[in-house]
This record gives sequence, C-alpha cells and structure tokens, in this order.
Amino acid sequence: MTMLFEEALHQLKLFARRPVAMFFVIAMPLMLLLVLTQLFGNERIEGLGLNTAQFYTPALAVFGVVMACYTYLAVSTATARDLGILKRIRGTPMPPWVYICARILAVSVIAFTSLVLVIATGALVFGVEIIWDRVPAAIMVAIAGALCFAALGMMITALFRSSETVQAATSATIMPLAFISDIFVRPNTETSEWIPVIGNLFPLRHFSVAFQHAFDHAYEGSGFALPDADGIVFSILPHLGVMALWGIGAAFVAARFFNWDTRPS
Amino acid sequence: MPVISVADLTKSYPGRKAVNGISFEVQKGETFALLGPNGAGKTTTIEILEGYRIADGGVAKVLGLDPQADRMELKQRTGLVLQTTALEPELTVAETLAAFARLYARPESQEKVLASVNLAHVTRTRVGNLSGGQKRRLEIALGIIGSPELLFLDEPTTGLDPEARRKIWTLIRGLNEAGCTILLSSHYMDEVKALADRMAIMVDGKIAAEGRPEELQALHASHATIRFDTHGKPLAGLPASLAGLVRIEHGVAIIDTADPVPVLHQLTGWAIEHKADLASLSVNRQSLEDIYLKLAGKGEEAVTREAAE
Ligand SMILES: Nc1ncnc2c1ncn2[C@@H]1O[C@H](COP(=O)(O)OP(=O)(O)O)[C@@H](O)[C@H]1O
Ligand SMILES: [Mg+2]
Repeated sequence: MTMLFEEALHQLKLFARRPVAMFFVIAMPLMLLLVLTQLFGNERIEGLGLNTAQFYTPALAVFGVVMACYTYLAVSTATARDLGILKRIRGTPMPPWVYICARILAVSVIAFTSLVLVIATGALVFGVEIIWDRVPAAIMVAIAGALCFAALGMMITALFRSSETVQAATSATIMPLAFISDIFVRPNTETSEWIPVIGNLFPLRHFSVAFQHAFDHAYEGSGFALPDADGIVFSILPHLGVMALWGIGAAFVAARFFNWDTRPS
Repeated sequence: MPVISVADLTKSYPGRKAVNGISFEVQKGETFALLGPNGAGKTTTIEILEGYRIADGGVAKVLGLDPQADRMELKQRTGLVLQTTALEPELTVAETLAAFARLYARPESQEKVLASVNLAHVTRTRVGNLSGGQKRRLEIALGIIGSPELLFLDEPTTGLDPEARRKIWTLIRGLNEAGCTILLSSHYMDEVKALADRMAIMVDGKIAAEGRPEELQALHASHATIRFDTHGKPLAGLPASLAGLVRIEHGVAIIDTADPVPVLHQLTGWAIEHKADLASLSVNRQSLEDIYLKLAGKGEEAVTREAAE
C-alpha cells in the first residue's frame, strides 16, 4: 500500500516537471472556459435554462478529467514504454499491478485538481452556482468518468505500439467526440437530432451530461433517483451504467493486450 | 550450487533461432562473460535468466530458482542493467536512485552507492543532462541498490568513449571484489579480458568456445602465424611440404600453422640454401582477439551461407 502511494507521488512529481502536459491538462480547460465565455457572452442560452458559463464550467471540467485520465495517461505510459522505463520497472520488485494502479491514481489526482480549478473559476469569476445537495452525485460521476477514461487510455496504450500512434489515436478519438458530446459546442436542438443519439453511444456524452445536470436547475433531485418518463428528474444512474460498461470492456482489452516492452518477448 | 546454470537452452523468433542449445554454469563470486557479435543471442540468454523472456526449451536456473516461477524472489535478490539505457530524463540522479531504493527489502545506503559509481558530485543534476557514461553508471547504481547477490550487465560499455569504459571497468571489478557474482555480456574481447574470470564466446546462438582466458589461449596456443617479405620474388625451390602452407598477400608470405617449430626449421634451412634474407620475419602466437575474430567470422560465414541457401 505504501508502495502504491509512493509511486503515485513519484508519478505526480514527473507530471509537475512536464510543462507541455501541465498546459494541456491544467491550463487548457481553464483557458477554454475564459475564452468561450468571452466569445459567446455570458448570457442565457436559447432553449436552455442556463447561461454560457453555467454550461461551459461543468463541460470543461469534464474535458480536463478526460485530458488527464485518457490522453495524458495513455501518452505518458506509451512514452515510458518507448524509453524502456516500463521494461526496467518490470525488472524491479514492484508488482506490476501496483505500478499501473499508481499511474491511474496519479492521473485521477491530476484530474480532480483540474476539475476543482475549473469549477472554482466558474463559480468565482462567472458566478456559476454550485447546487450543494448534488455534489455527492457529481463526485460519483467524476470518479466513474475518471476510471472509465483511465481504462480507455490504458486500452489505447495496449492497442498501439509507439507513443506517436498513441498520441494520434487519443486525439483522433477525443476531439470529434468532444464536439458531439456537449463539451465544446452547446447543444442546439435545431441543427441536428441524430448527433446526441450518436454521442450517447459513447461514454463521453454520458460523462458530460450527467456532470452538467448537477449544475442545472431545470432538473430536480440530488441525482440518485431513477430516471422518470418526462426527463425532469436528475438521475446519474443510466450514465454511470454506460460508463461502467465501457470502462469494464476497455479494462479487459487493456489487460489482454498490454505490453511492457516495445518488442515481443 | 552454481549461481546460474543453463542447460540446452533454446529460444526462437519467427524465422530465426536466437539461442540454439547452449549450456554453461556461473559459480558464486565469479564474473562470467558472454562474448559475441551483435545478434549472437546474448541479450536473449540474459533476458531469459532475468525472467523477461520465456525459453522454448532447456533448463535455466538462477540462484537455484526458476526465472519465471520465482521471478518475484529473484527480483529482490538480483540486480540488472539492460542493454538499452532506460531512465526518466526529468528526475535528478538522487531522485532516480531513491525511487528504486524504496522498492527493495534491504537497500544499500544511497550515499554509499552514489559514491561507488562516482556520481556523488552530480546528485542534483537532471538525468537528461548527464553524459552517456554517467547515465550508464547511474543504471549500474540502480542495479546494485538492492544489495543483489547476482548482477546482470548487458553490454554495459557499448557506445562509450575509452575513458568512460575504463571507469565502468574499475567499478565492475570493485563490485565483484565486494562479493557480487556478475554475468556480463560484451562484444569487446578487451573488456572481457579485463573483467571476466571465465567467458563463453557466443556465435549465432551457440557457444563456440568456453573457459578462462588462459584456457582459451592454451587451446589455440600452438597456432602461430609466420610472416616474411618476399620482395616480390618467387619462392623458388621451397620444399613441397612448405609450399603447400604458404600463401602470398601483398608480397608478404604467410604461413598459418599449428606446429611452428618444424616449419621454421624447414623455412630457415631453405633460406640459407637459397640465400633468401626472410626480410621482416615474424612469428605470432594467436591472441585471444584473433581467436575471437576467427570464431565470430566463422559464425558470420555460416549466417551468410544460411541466407544464401
Ligand atoms: N523480440 C525479438 N523479436 C524478434 N527477434 C528477436 C527479438 N529479440 C532478438 N531477436 C533476434 O534474435 C537474435 C539474437 O538477438 P540478441 O539476443 O539480441 O543478440 P545479441 O544480444 O547477442 O546482440 C537476433 O537475430 C535478433 O534479431
Ligand atoms: Mg544484445
């Protein structure tokens, strides 16, 4: 157990020494929040009971979590494998599962930091209201999202050989998904009805929608009730279910194909 | 009980036998070297012993244990330096060593290890800023931080300049004197001669020769090469027994023989009779280097033949 925490701290130290990674995971979601809110003006979004910052604050908090748990985890693990560091670690007495869990724990801490910074900025700068009785549900969603995307990140690392291809695969998946998952663009029911339908097949939209509803007064309840027919009750349960399915599937694929070395043994 | 014992070990990759039935033993306190050209199968052998790769056939035992089944225990009791340098460039020297020290049950003192690998003056330097030789010495420090009984060193000095190599030789000798058994791989005979108590010359997945340097030398010791300058003149009247042995290269007559004394007797007899001055006459016993190059060369021929077939 001590070994797990020590290794997670070690991984956090490495992250803190990588300015590029710090930028993408910590600075970029904050910057996007400031820029997008400026761009659209912090006014009420048509057809929604939300203003711009109320929409983007949770959306970009989710994006920060995904950048940490998916992109950074996958790319940093693949880079360590390219450098032979994974192979070297495999030759020490640290159990392999401790190393993997420590990496996941570290990116979860990074994700949580990024998320708290984005929400604090939204609350302090743009007056986004935090609905306190929904905080437990929001935390549940964040943990489920972090673990689901960490599993997906490890799956990408397992399926692709080099850090370049892993980098390309994470960008090629997350960027299009972010556009159809209510993260970069506010939902606009007029333009398309099928976009949310496709988005709902993937875990990102469930992560962002469940997290956003925790900040939206149009919904009712603390999040743990079952969904109702009218869609007025805030329920995280179906979203958790989809994320769990994706996460468990990805974890199986990752465990099956993960390699500690760039060459077969 | 030997520290390492290997019998009939084999390992193939698609289209290639990397290790083709090798056997050797390493005794406690020894420095044993696997010497061979690139592709001979040294890394494959070492990584089977380290538990990274699984052999196809044969037996490999390390400290009496199975490299696969007892891998966890062996990781505590052995240390390793892989062929390719693998370090986090963002960390300092001291941080790198500390990160490894906490993984072992009985770590050495970090100060002592840093002093022994001669890195005490750069403990706060980022690994990315170290020289190649310093990086390799840091990796040796990581290899010994767990107080191992056995240390694997896969080509510890390849690619380094002569001074950096010498520093690492001194370090390896010191480790061995302190009681650590060492399995070393190299493709330099000078390195093996400087460090190893015994060596196995590996060529093309097989052991071509094995023993202490003196033994290998003795085995091939009778072999000698006699050379003299012909001044471009034909060697008229040379006795038939000699003529069959001589070959001329660039005006130099060369005789390779396992039995130099009678050959020299005949040769000098002929020279007196024919007033040949045998300019620049030399008689050279084969050096270990020659023996190695000859064995490695034969391996290459075999590989080329295989490829041609
Ligand atoms: N992981 C691998 N996959 C395929 N072929 C390999 C692998 N590792 C080694 N080989 C091949 O096996 C042979 C022996 O390699 P190796 O053990 O690395 O030799 P050495 O360390 O003596 O240079 C080489 O022909 C090499 O190309
Ligand atoms: Mg090698």
